[in-house]
Amino acid sequence: MAGDAQGPALVLDEPLSFWGGVDPATGDIIDVHHPQCDANVAGCVLVMPSGRGSSSSSSVLAEAIRAGTAPAAIVLGEPDPILALGAIVARELYGRTIPVVVAPMPAVRTGDVLTVRARADAVRID
Amino acid sequence: MFAGEDGEAAAFAMRIVVEMAGVVGADRLIDVTAAHVDGCLYHGIAGLEFAERLVTAGARVRVPTTLNVGYLDLLHPERYRGDKPTAANARRQMDAYVEMGCRPTWTCAPYQLAERPGLGEHVAWAESNAIVFCNSVLGARTARYGDFIDIAAAITGRVPLAGLHRDEERRASLLIRLEGIPERLLASDALFPVLGHLIGREAGSAVPAIVGLPADTSEDRLKALGAAASSSGSVAMFHAVGLTPEAPTLEAATGGAAVPEIAVTAASLRAARDELETAKGGDRLSAVCVGTPHASLSQLERLAELLGGEQPSVALWVNTGREILAEADLRGVSGALERAGVRIVTDTCTYLSPMLGAAKGRVMTDSGKWAWYGPANIGVKVVFGSLEECVRSAFEGRIVRDPALWADA
Repeated sequence: MAGDAQGPALVLDEPLSFWGGVDPATGDIIDVHHPQCDANVAGCVLVMPSGRGSSSSSSVLAEAIRAGTAPAAIVLGEPDPILALGAIVARELYGRTIPVVVAPMPAVRTGDVLTVRARADAVRID
Repeated sequence: MFAGEDGEAAAFAMRIVVEMAGVVGADRLIDVTAAHVDGCLYHGIAGLEFAERLVTAGARVRVPTTLNVGYLDLLHPERYRGDKPTAANARRQMDAYVEMGCRPTWTCAPYQLAERPGLGEHVAWAESNAIVFCNSVLGARTARYGDFIDIAAAITGRVPLAGLHRDEERRASLLIRLEGIPERLLASDALFPVLGHLIGREAGSAVPAIVGLPADTSEDRLKALGAAASSSGSVAMFHAVGLTPEAPTLEAATGGAAVPEIAVTAASLRAARDELETAKGGDRLSAVCVGTPHASLSQLERLAELLGGEQPSVALWVNTGREILAEADLRGVSGALERAGVRIVTDTCTYLSPMLGAAKGRVMTDSGKWAWYGPANIGVKVVFGSLEECVRSAFEGRIVRDPALWADA
């Protein structure tokens, strides 16, 4: 998913399933098994190794984008079609979306401000 | 279809399928013979508006399509304890999918319906536990589809040729070897969700081959394993060597390649079970929830047999599909369960729909998937047990365990 975004990094130690993992009303991480449980994803550049679990995560991400509680961008270590789909459908329905990109995990810490520039053929993260 | 000659809805659906093909790096699309759609479950306005936009544009499914659980139990609406506006939206979303021509099966276990895909058949299934069962136990082929792409595939009858549709992606890349597991645990239904949970943690999205399961492992047990592995991880296929259709031997499962190996022992299973539990200390229970994924007829029969017509002292809930319930009605199984005070839920799941109400607190379940998602979804604390432990605990109103079950040999 192409697009530009900027925000503070939220670096997750483990994959996160949006369904059962993020409350789309608030952006809070609610997965009690997750090391970053209780952190909030809204407006962050969410950096995580991969997606996980439920096939309902597309809907939860689309709903979070609609409600304004989604991350500013998602940077994944490996492709996750389920999250990409949430971003695609939000664009189709509401004309707004977020970049969901695959990139080598950047050497950043939570709180560092990241700029993501995603094009069809290239991704740049600063 | 993409250009709109089949109508606006088909063009919209095809746009989603083609865009997904780009995301997963597929260079062509293939036909599917059937679909199982998960998008009927309400998560908020976006999913509802998506479905209604398709209906307004005249969408109709092109292949036989079954529906996953929704947010509401339409057969037992009196159980719903949530707010009315949410119920109204959830109902509109369920209706929209029926209007597109999907069958109102409302089950997360479409593999328990009379017609199910066979070996090598390409389908588009959503719902993580159904996906893993389809690939592993049926040998039919589905990628890991989610909401939106599921109905787009049903409307177009097409999916990208990628992921588990391709031979090479179905080979095992990891070996899980059971070592020295006591006979008693190997013979118990409690092994399978816990093993699945452990495999999900270890395998992530890899395809594992499992060696050492009993030769008579039932479909219900493989279902419990897969459901847990696709909750704690993204497992979309496993090979149970000697049991599942594409794994008559380990070599067949791996394609002959050397793969990394993980040994599973009684100790690692105990640790996985403990990790699954969020209720620490205390032993009073407020409810017992079984039937996730939806109970099969034989699981309902086993539950009735364990209850023996007696009423437990705390609420015992079981989820099943409405078509399984109809069969259970005919055989007198539902009557036996109702006489024992069991609360039978269809069309949804006790961790999705607000039903437990005042029963929040400590809940025991025999499901790895319920144990994984229950705490986040409905704010309960969970304890895991075999079906027998669940029933004994329901009678006592407190956690009753069989200490010998998890002991070393």
